[in-house]
Amino acid sequence: MNRTPEHTSQERTLLVGLAGQPNVGKSTLFNLLTGLTQHVGNWPGKTVERKEGTLAHNKTRMRLVDLPGTYSLTAHSLEEQVARDFIIQEQPDVIVMVADASSLERNLYLLAELLILCTPVVLALNMLDVAEAQGIQIELHVLEAALGLPVVPMVATRNQGPDELIAAIEHLAYNPATFHPTLPQIAAPHRRVLDQLKEMVAGQVPAPFDPDWVALKLLEGDTEITRKAKGWAGKLLWPRIEALLAAHEDAVLDIASGRYEWIGRMVRAAVTRPRLGQVSLTDKLDRVAVHPLWGLVLLFCVFAAVFWLTFTLAVPLQEWLDVTVVGQAHVAARHLLAGAPGWLAALVADGVLGGAGLVLTFLPILAVFFGALALLEDTGYLARSAYVMDRFMHALGLHGKSFLPLFLGFDCNVPAVMGARVIESRSGRLLTILLAPLVPCSARLVVLAFLAPAFFGAAALPVALALVALNLLVLVLVGITLSHTLFRGQHVAFIMELPLYHMPNARTIGTAVWNNTWAFVRKAGSFILLASVVVWALSYFPTGALEQSYLARLGRSLSPMGELIGMDWRMLVALISSFVAKENAIVTLGVLYGQSGGGLASTLAAQVPPASALAFLTVTMLFIPCLATVAVMRQETGSWRWTLFDVALLLAIALGAGILVYHGAGALGMEG
Amino acid sequence: MSARPPVPLAQLAPGAQAIVREIRGGADFSGRLAGMGLTKGARIEMLQNVGRGPVLVRAHETRIALGRGEALKILVEETSHEPYA
Repeated sequence: MNRTPEHTSQERTLLVGLAGQPNVGKSTLFNLLTGLTQHVGNWPGKTVERKEGTLAHNKTRMRLVDLPGTYSLTAHSLEEQVARDFIIQEQPDVIVMVADASSLERNLYLLAELLILCTPVVLALNMLDVAEAQGIQIELHVLEAALGLPVVPMVATRNQGPDELIAAIEHLAYNPATFHPTLPQIAAPHRRVLDQLKEMVAGQVPAPFDPDWVALKLLEGDTEITRKAKGWAGKLLWPRIEALLAAHEDAVLDIASGRYEWIGRMVRAAVTRPRLGQVSLTDKLDRVAVHPLWGLVLLFCVFAAVFWLTFTLAVPLQEWLDVTVVGQAHVAARHLLAGAPGWLAALVADGVLGGAGLVLTFLPILAVFFGALALLEDTGYLARSAYVMDRFMHALGLHGKSFLPLFLGFDCNVPAVMGARVIESRSGRLLTILLAPLVPCSARLVVLAFLAPAFFGAAALPVALALVALNLLVLVLVGITLSHTLFRGQHVAFIMELPLYHMPNARTIGTAVWNNTWAFVRKAGSFILLASVVVWALSYFPTGALEQSYLARLGRSLSPMGELIGMDWRMLVALISSFVAKENAIVTLGVLYGQSGGGLASTLAAQVPPASALAFLTVTMLFIPCLATVAVMRQETGSWRWTLFDVALLLAIALGAGILVYHGAGALGMEG
Repeated sequence: MSARPPVPLAQLAPGAQAIVREIRGGADFSGRLAGMGLTKGARIEMLQNVGRGPVLVRAHETRIALGRGEALKILVEETSHEPYA
């Protein structure tokens, strides 16, 4: 490996990777070290988040890259692949491996994988306070001597240890020759086959891959390396390698247990644990939180609290932004552009400001949602909610982890789609995102609450409840269908750590809220703005009146199809305009029926036959997701194909359900 | 001391302690388990096992939730059993 000689090293920027298993306080440490210099992006070509920040200390500048939290470095997930690609391809000067001192043994498994990549490692022993509270004693010098690498004690949540960590990074980066780690060895029965493999791949493996590492990963059955090695080895050599591997399939389990034997030797002298039998705080809390009955009751209470928080904090703020900020900007724009052509004033005031206002009004709800999600995750409760719900989600081909994002979709589908990030497997995340728009969001519930009484008077409540139930039924049916067709065989094992409970860290939650909310503005904002201007233009031009607009013409040209679902062109236009925001359906109906507010309700009741009304409500509830949801679906899946597939699927379902409901209602004697 | 035959992890009663003897289900599955502390030879304790839902075990001071299907692929040898109160 090329390392810059000492005398020039003082001026260069060190590249430092932060690795660690999930739930070890890695984000807290990263935030502590980089503060406001953080930059959040994506790993090239991947949907995994890449967080970077810089740090200046004395004369040294460091570029810190926060690697995704992973339990190991075998490519089981996109995150693990990203983490090890970074180490192999970008060759960081130092890797800081953050470990939870209270479960050191399991944490050192990742260290064992890091060390065989021949990269210099500093071990940041975090959460020492938690370990001490459990009566665990760690002799740092003994551990340091056994591992042969620098060990820094830390309590990141209390700001303890960052200076010592920075010093250790600097020292190791400038004196790589001092790094002599104790490397884990493979168990004796497989040593010979590993040597044979090493000989076979030597000379075939291109830089920057290490042939010995590739040989070990082949023996471990690593899918990505196996695929790569097949190409490197060529048609002549590969069958021989494959035959050797097939004869030693059992090596996988032995390599893993061999690492734990190594770990056992490393910690034996350094770590003293109290005798088992004492009941920890986590055990006590879990008696309720994971209880088959009380766990569900608690889950219900927690979610009720999140909704309460949304309605007391976010909704008033949203209204204030909408009425005061956007409303005043609207008035100001009209005033400033009084002399300009009418279309220009309308474009700025209604098109652009309307779109920007739409983005803006999503922010409070997103901030509260991500705050709640980060709080639940940071305390350790999120994993419990997934565990409790797991059995109910299996029918949909999903795990417990999909429950929380889907459930919070009742608030708004945008955070539901973004919240699907908590699911590790790509197929599970994708399926959750595809199903999220079928959860009736609060905007659609508002439309329902306004129109159902207008159409059905006293029968409004049963009709509304039936429509919500229909949505959920469709969600279950689509989930079952997709998981047995497109996602067939994609079942990813449900294996999840339930971390120890701990006090949430305000900085960690604040950073999560800021990063996620800002990501929405940055990535989805421009698309939402652009698309809402386009829809506005369609509804304005050529004459400035909605009745003669291109949108109205589109509605009229679709009216033969509308007859199938009992809708005239005005209802079709209302439906199309609800794409920008679901509430637009009411506004558009108001304009096209020449009424608004209370007047609209009686006009609609008089003019729309009940079967058509029922079909309209059905289609509205199941219709394609709103613009903002489509934007984040694209952002989170990284694929227009999947996004458009879902839009097309929902459109087909909505229209199909509309036809069934309209004709069914007619057959039952409802006036069509 | 007669070694008991290994049984699927899903059959352990809450409170039972055991040693993992075999993991079926391929390199990918066993690799994911290994990172969390569940390997051949690991000592585990069953914390919760209700109905047909997921199970909760402790290994290397880590609480791990496993789907029932996953828990059927892990074979363990029971070492002790305290009756569940």
